[in-house]
Amino acid sequence: MANSTTTTLPAQTTGAALMRALKSFALLRESWVGMFGAGIILLWALMAIFAPLLAPYEPNATLLAYQRPPWWPGMEVAEGTPTFLLGTDHVGRDILSRIVYGSQTVLIYAPLATFCAYAVGILMGLAAGYYRGWVDDVLSRIADIILSFPVLVLYVIIIATFGASPVNIVVAIIFASSPGIMRIVRGLVLDLRNRDYVAAAQTRGESSWRIMLVEILPNARGPLIVDACLRLGYVIITIGVLGFLGLGMPPPDPDWGGMVNETRQIALAFPHMTLFPCIAISSLILGFNLLADGLREISLRD
Amino acid sequence: MLIFVLKRIGFMLLTMVVVSILLFLLLEIDIRGVATMVLGPYSSEEQRDIWLQQNGYLDPLYERYLRWLGNFVTGDFGESIRFKTPVSEILWPRLWNTAILGFWTFAVMIPISLILGILAGMNEGSKLDRSISVTSIITTSVPEFASAVFLSTIFVFWWKLLPGTSSMSDGFNFRELMLPVMVLVIYDFGYVARMTRASMAEVMTTHYIRTAVLKGLPYRKVILKHALRNALIAPFTVIMLQINWLLSGVIVVEFAFAYKGFGALLLEASLTSDIFMIEACAMVAVFVAVATQTIADVGYTYLNPRIRFS
Repeated sequence: MANSTTTTLPAQTTGAALMRALKSFALLRESWVGMFGAGIILLWALMAIFAPLLAPYEPNATLLAYQRPPWWPGMEVAEGTPTFLLGTDHVGRDILSRIVYGSQTVLIYAPLATFCAYAVGILMGLAAGYYRGWVDDVLSRIADIILSFPVLVLYVIIIATFGASPVNIVVAIIFASSPGIMRIVRGLVLDLRNRDYVAAAQTRGESSWRIMLVEILPNARGPLIVDACLRLGYVIITIGVLGFLGLGMPPPDPDWGGMVNETRQIALAFPHMTLFPCIAISSLILGFNLLADGLREISLRD
Repeated sequence: MLIFVLKRIGFMLLTMVVVSILLFLLLEIDIRGVATMVLGPYSSEEQRDIWLQQNGYLDPLYERYLRWLGNFVTGDFGESIRFKTPVSEILWPRLWNTAILGFWTFAVMIPISLILGILAGMNEGSKLDRSISVTSIITTSVPEFASAVFLSTIFVFWWKLLPGTSSMSDGFNFRELMLPVMVLVIYDFGYVARMTRASMAEVMTTHYIRTAVLKGLPYRKVILKHALRNALIAPFTVIMLQINWLLSGVIVVEFAFAYKGFGALLLEASLTSDIFMIEACAMVAVFVAVATQTIADVGYTYLNPRIRFS
């Protein structure tokens, strides 16, 4: 299917790629599961973008005078005091505002980490699958060794050694997830490298990396897009779990996992403090998993 | 076959050696850092120098590594900074507690996920099949700490049925084990069920099943004698590899429920910079993970009739 695009000019290739992307997006309408997932993600993305407009309070403001459970109809509140839809946490911060702002943390760092992990994993996978030989052996052994770690053990050791900061968390995620991506890309390249259009490009005398990036990679995108969706879900889980374990984003800025960690000791008396952040993170991950399922369904169909 | 097994075991040992080198470099290359961790931040430079000399930290790196590895292989993990006792005295009981947790998790998860997966795979596209798929997407979307929060809100806060912590401070208590096991099962069973389903569905489309049905064998017999045998090979590998996942899961669950297990120990050691404890825990975790991978590989080739070594 890609034979036609191999010799066209770059501008036309981009245009064609854009058209194809739009077409596959239109295809998503056929899978209600995928649409539902995309809807959840869109909702959270809008929440993150318009956080300053949507959040009723400053996320870090400690309104100690108002320690409240979630609001319910008919709740008795003294005249003239503010309402807190989801209640306040242990130091009187509005939970709704923190959840709204927390979506920014997760929706910035999770895609960033996933994107970087893909950049590294794709380059390694292309090299391993295209060059084969010792390059493949070395890269595959490294991947095997990293993947033999129980993944959270790896994260805990890395973060504990280098400290919990956004940069370290992103680097740890790249380190732990790029070997898995490399394996997938390598498998796809091993299949694609024997195609005619690759042989044609080789005959034209194109450089190895140009062949890998321009001829092979675009044709491997289908399975990679589905995997990226699933992986984004896992990365969100990872960021949440690290926050929950006290190894996540530094306080006080809101982070869903961190919110659960801070209030889990008193959760059995005030469950709303842990319940709402957990619902938030689960719904976002569900969105990505449903979208991945929808995309897989569509890609299997044609 | 023997050569294959030896090769796998050789690769397993190689992995362990590489991991140990990485771990050693990561944690012990900065010897002044090690001395500070052991003696505390308020120790004097002199004290640290004496400690480094007494414990042979001024020797060349490779000599230190080999001695460290030698100690490790013989089960001497050094002394825990936090507990002031040999690491092994703390580590083995904690590992045993985690083994209990893991045993019950598997004892509950394997039957549920195998039965659901087989039933779904037998009738692909049926109502049961679709509801299992949807359920497993939902359960794998909820991180373990979130389902711990949901379950304890339901069972501890609303219904007051189960204890909220599992520290086992009054001896072993089965009720305290129930929530951690539930959390781990909920997160894992969907994946195993889906893998079983895929394997079963594939087997059901094969010619030998069609032949068995067409020659008039009772459906029960077709499933039990022909389908299951081949369909259960893949889930065996998946379940063995699930132990690797479980080692991650127990960190979260043990922390959430204050269960005195191996995962919580590793986390506490990391948070308190208990360096020799981190090393021991990490090596044990990787050993368990690599060993189960090896068993899964060897077992798969042994069970799969299509792969035979002559």
